[in-house]
Amino acid sequence: MRFTHSKRVIPGFGLTMGVTIAMLSLLILIPLASVFVYAFRMSAADFLETVTNSAVLYAFRTSIVCALLAALINCVFGTILAWVLVRYDFPGKRFLDGLIELPFALPTAVAGITLSKMYSTTGILGKPLAGLGIEVSYTHLGLLVALVFIGIPFVVRAIQPVLEKLDPQYEEAAFILGASRRKTFFRIILSELRPALLTGFGLAFARGLGEYGSVIYISGNSAKEHTQVVSYVIMQKLNYMDYASATSIALILLIISFLMLLFVNMVQVRQSKRTNAV
Amino acid sequence: MHSVMNKKTILKRGLALSLAAVLIGSLSACGSSSTEESASSEALTITNVSYDPTRELYQAYNEAFVAHYQEETGQTVEIIQSHGGSGGQARSVVEGADADVVTLALAHDITLIEQAGLIEPDWISEFEGNSSPYTSTIVFLVRKGNPKNITDWDSLVQDGVEIIHPDPKSSGAACWGFLAAWYYAGQRFGGDEAQMKEFVHDLYANVTVMDSGARGATTTFVENGQGDVLVSWENEAIQTAEEYPDDYEIITPSVSILAQPSVAIVDENADKNGTQELAHEYLAYLYSDEGQTIIGEHGYRPSNEAILNQFADKYNLDINLCTIDDFGGWDAAYDKFFYDGGVFDEIYAQ
Repeated sequence: MRFTHSKRVIPGFGLTMGVTIAMLSLLILIPLASVFVYAFRMSAADFLETVTNSAVLYAFRTSIVCALLAALINCVFGTILAWVLVRYDFPGKRFLDGLIELPFALPTAVAGITLSKMYSTTGILGKPLAGLGIEVSYTHLGLLVALVFIGIPFVVRAIQPVLEKLDPQYEEAAFILGASRRKTFFRIILSELRPALLTGFGLAFARGLGEYGSVIYISGNSAKEHTQVVSYVIMQKLNYMDYASATSIALILLIISFLMLLFVNMVQVRQSKRTNAV
Repeated sequence: MHSVMNKKTILKRGLALSLAAVLIGSLSACGSSSTEESASSEALTITNVSYDPTRELYQAYNEAFVAHYQEETGQTVEIIQSHGGSGGQARSVVEGADADVVTLALAHDITLIEQAGLIEPDWISEFEGNSSPYTSTIVFLVRKGNPKNITDWDSLVQDGVEIIHPDPKSSGAACWGFLAAWYYAGQRFGGDEAQMKEFVHDLYANVTVMDSGARGATTTFVENGQGDVLVSWENEAIQTAEEYPDDYEIITPSVSILAQPSVAIVDENADKNGTQELAHEYLAYLYSDEGQTIIGEHGYRPSNEAILNQFADKYNLDINLCTIDDFGGWDAAYDKFFYDGGVFDEIYAQ
């Protein structure tokens, strides 16, 4: 097993590995280690007090619940979007496909300001909704809208390639064997999509959890209405140059994201073991 | 054979790592050489890191200053502006933003930069009037006709009044606003702190949108049509009322606070960039007649009495203003009101 790279067609393991390690260290490991260093400058009691402060806890609740809901919504609609883009041909398909990536390309602050204006009670979309008694901007709903917006490409782009490779023969076989359409979808297609769906969910959730730019303009940042998100609270601490508090909250955020991605990975490993065993 | 292979790999790996190191080294060298270049080239460049609502003011002022400096010295100057919440801007300078001068919303933010060792301790006496070339205050902006009949601070605590006000945790305007409300409450309740806290609690309970900066709050109130009253800078209120005379009017409360935005040279950066003299001239010219007039035109109160009086119809000069000294200075005010666990957290969390 060890060092079989000399038999590879394209050489360069040493070089690429060197670049990989250098990049990972400079961009991820060292900055993240500094978060730990800063956070651990606090005494354990101070640390606990900072992260269990009621405003901070509410911010965590808001961020986690909204990011979870947004990721779930994205899973449902992302699957539908990917389905339409893969399985049907229609004019403007390429254009629509490109549109999916717009949330990646658009500066998040621009998205936040635009969404908050559109969905405020005087905006084009917010006004009719307000007539129905639904306020979007400056509420949790607005927050959710922003997070759905930034998370959707993760899910679509995770599912699309899997769906493209999915052999229609499976569906035909299921049909011939007498499975209903519903059964075919849930037992055949969805179970094939599950790993990709989980990846998309995990990425969309982790992104939503730490999102700042698009959220602060639409959430209203009210501690009273609990529309402050964790990243906003971190910025508040940073503005007071309270680096220790900011990093200790960031550390908790990091741990939650890490656990979430770990969980997704574990489920996937289990799934691939099961599939390989068959 | 095997060991030779391994040695080779190790060599390669070492090479790769050192290559990466060289790459990074040359990148950072690029960075430093380019700043040297700009210092020695024709046009001098200075960076003014300022707070949120001063965009238009400094756009106009910079134009005037560039012309003035060109005429005086024949030297072309380029000025880079940067705007944002005052606290965040101060932090960016502490963390290494290459500001030659800072023009921030409150002296405390400049003190933070001073404590980081970038500004010399006697900055506040370097320019006239505690280094405040202009002042402002906190007023109310309401929708035309004043439908909620807002006249003073006590109108703001009524049920059903929706206030737009930025977050004292990140906005200078909001700190000034909080202190003004606190001062009003102190007068009204004869200094009884329990009642004063109750009052500001009721007031902040009516704040429906809390933006992180003053400009964001104005946008929320004006563009997005939220709330009944915007509690913010007088200069923001004047600019908005001038722009939309049919939609908004300004209400001046019975008492408010003398807000003294401060200016300073970031000595460490200016010395490094060789712009100390230019930076000094840039800030000093704010006190010239031309500078003071531009200040007045943009809704800030000029520190020069004669020029202030030229704009007397713009400002309510009879307003009773407290100052930061009534709170024992910024350090004391921050300790008592704004740091974690302070009065603001206490009244806002209730």
